[in-house]
Amino acid sequence: MDKLPKWADVALIPAINLALALIVSGIVVTFIGQDPFEALVIMVNGAVGSTYGWGYTLYYATNFVFTGLAVAVAFHAKLFNIGGEGQAQLGSLGVALVCLSVPWPHWTLALPAAVVGGALFGAAWAAIPAYLQAKRGSHIVITTIMFNFIASALLVYLLIGALKAPGMAPETVRFPEGARLPSAQEVLAVIGIPFSRTPLNVSFLVGLLACFGVWLLMWRTRLGYEIRAFGHSEPAARYAGISPVKITMLAMLISGGLAGLMAVNAVMGEQERLIQDNVLGAGFVGIAVALMGRSHPVGVLIAAILFGALYQGGAELEFETSVPREMVVVIQALVILFTGALDGMVRGPLEKSFLRFSRKPKPGVPAE
Amino acid sequence: MSFLDIIQILDSTIRLATPLLLACLAGLFSERSGVVDIGLEGKMLVAAFFSAAVAAITGSVWIGLLAGIAAAVVFSLIHGLASITFRGDQLISGVAINFLAAGMTVLIAQDWFQQGSRTPALTGDARFGTIDLPFADALSGVPFLGPLYADALSGHTILVYVGFLAVPATWYVLFRTRFGLRLRAVGENPGAVDTAGVSVVRLRYAAVLICGLLTGLAGAYLATGLAAGFTKDMTAGRGFIALAALIFAKWRPWYALFACLLFGFLQAVSNRYSTLDLGIIEIPNAFVLALPYILTVVILAGFVGRAIPPRAGGQPYVKER
Repeated sequence: MDKLPKWADVALIPAINLALALIVSGIVVTFIGQDPFEALVIMVNGAVGSTYGWGYTLYYATNFVFTGLAVAVAFHAKLFNIGGEGQAQLGSLGVALVCLSVPWPHWTLALPAAVVGGALFGAAWAAIPAYLQAKRGSHIVITTIMFNFIASALLVYLLIGALKAPGMAPETVRFPEGARLPSAQEVLAVIGIPFSRTPLNVSFLVGLLACFGVWLLMWRTRLGYEIRAFGHSEPAARYAGISPVKITMLAMLISGGLAGLMAVNAVMGEQERLIQDNVLGAGFVGIAVALMGRSHPVGVLIAAILFGALYQGGAELEFETSVPREMVVVIQALVILFTGALDGMVRGPLEKSFLRFSRKPKPGVPAE
Repeated sequence: MSFLDIIQILDSTIRLATPLLLACLAGLFSERSGVVDIGLEGKMLVAAFFSAAVAAITGSVWIGLLAGIAAAVVFSLIHGLASITFRGDQLISGVAINFLAAGMTVLIAQDWFQQGSRTPALTGDARFGTIDLPFADALSGVPFLGPLYADALSGHTILVYVGFLAVPATWYVLFRTRFGLRLRAVGENPGAVDTAGVSVVRLRYAAVLICGLLTGLAGAYLATGLAAGFTKDMTAGRGFIALAALIFAKWRPWYALFACLLFGFLQAVSNRYSTLDLGIIEIPNAFVLALPYILTVVILAGFVGRAIPPRAGGQPYVKER
């Protein structure tokens, strides 16, 4: 029996958790000598007060959609993929190799190829931890953490060696002009909408497609059903003839592939060359996004936009006040803490009060 | 590579292994009690900041050390609250702790010192001084062993020796005391411990507190012994290397010592040489830095001696009602 109505589980608890995280963040802001309400106004204005703000917000959100979906798919199989960071880095390598290997005539050809490249490399980086979890029982959290560090070492090695462009900086040469994705400014200008110059580009639409694709996969296909069944109860799934090895591998491959897709937005859409720190913690933001979005694509999309707004608002906050950008990291930590680890703190009392309220009407059926 | 080079590498191996060792033993206590801790990194970082900040303000490294330990213990208690009291996901709590530390340290550093998220450089009594082991000078003339003793083993700060003494102490507490037996039991089968009338919650909190104390020492050593002040993200993944060392050591104290020395040695080598020329092949620096992680994955894969974690690790204990 469900102790909570669905709307409370899907909307009320995340809202309370988010409110708690924001209240504690407000206290932190007060302690470092700023007015939290003023800070909030600056952040909201900076994030959604102009097309410039929206552009950055949705650009960041696109990154977080991919990494959030990656964590969410793994969550459905009860696997905690903490390696989104490394998988996204490998994805960036895949995207860069695709973009650099062919003199692309037009972005419509380069984009699908880059999507395949990023997804393949990201999935490959998730494959080894997945195999070790499925076959050897090595804990996937630890192996994916290790693979994050190995990935960044690999990228450092390649960028000061084989892939390095002439010059001082450890980065590749610029991608060919044909691999440049059109920005939101250019796309919207065609239909006559003025939009500021921001890194927001067509990958945002790829992100929306990915959300829809994950929904289709998880709730409309046999594989999705098997992944969810496996996540709910491994023995039951095994009894129903679902292979744990197959599901662990496939769930992690999809997860890694989604994380790898982030590079299409960040590397191909924005930086237009491969640099060392191209993920910048987005892999970890994915954890917060998946937790807040309750691992559902719609939730992930909403949470990703929220976090995109936080990142853009945080940058504006640093610009206008003395509060450093790391305020966003604190808020992100508190969201993870309250929605993920301290969930029971909110859920327990709430379940009790819902039980009390739902019991009351039953014995005394309305007398009217 | 001359003899002097070897002595210098060993000397820096010991210095670099110390924070790993303290954090590794911290994780050992926590994980042996069944509380998985991937927040070692965050606790070290917050301890590094508060020890350096308080040492800079008061001018006393000892008060700084206490502040660092207190900060790490507070973070440990958050982890305990989430994972023991509210039975939340221990991994997610650890991730949150890491981010909380990464953000808070910069925020407070900027607010207190306005020096771009760092503390002022520590000098004099605000840092740990070096200690010469007895007869270091007298024995330095002895061939081979003399320099080894006088230059590599002697002349470190007190926290280095505390770190190395913590190994036998941990072994003794875990394997020769009643508390240690219960602690290990609660990580394997908390139900049995509960049936015997011993509080699972109290034991796990004790373990988490010890973990906070040791990560506090590790962080304080980083900022006031190894370096002279706090800089942003100065732990640089050491908490995760310590976690790797813990798995490499299969959750045993003496093995932990060797794992941390090995990983410290790899760090020392990569700090010194940009590429390692072994005559036949040249090993890139990035590979040396990644080696601890690669070795840990190999060990985890179970091809070379399988690492089996404490059985109840990661699962909150729910008393039957």
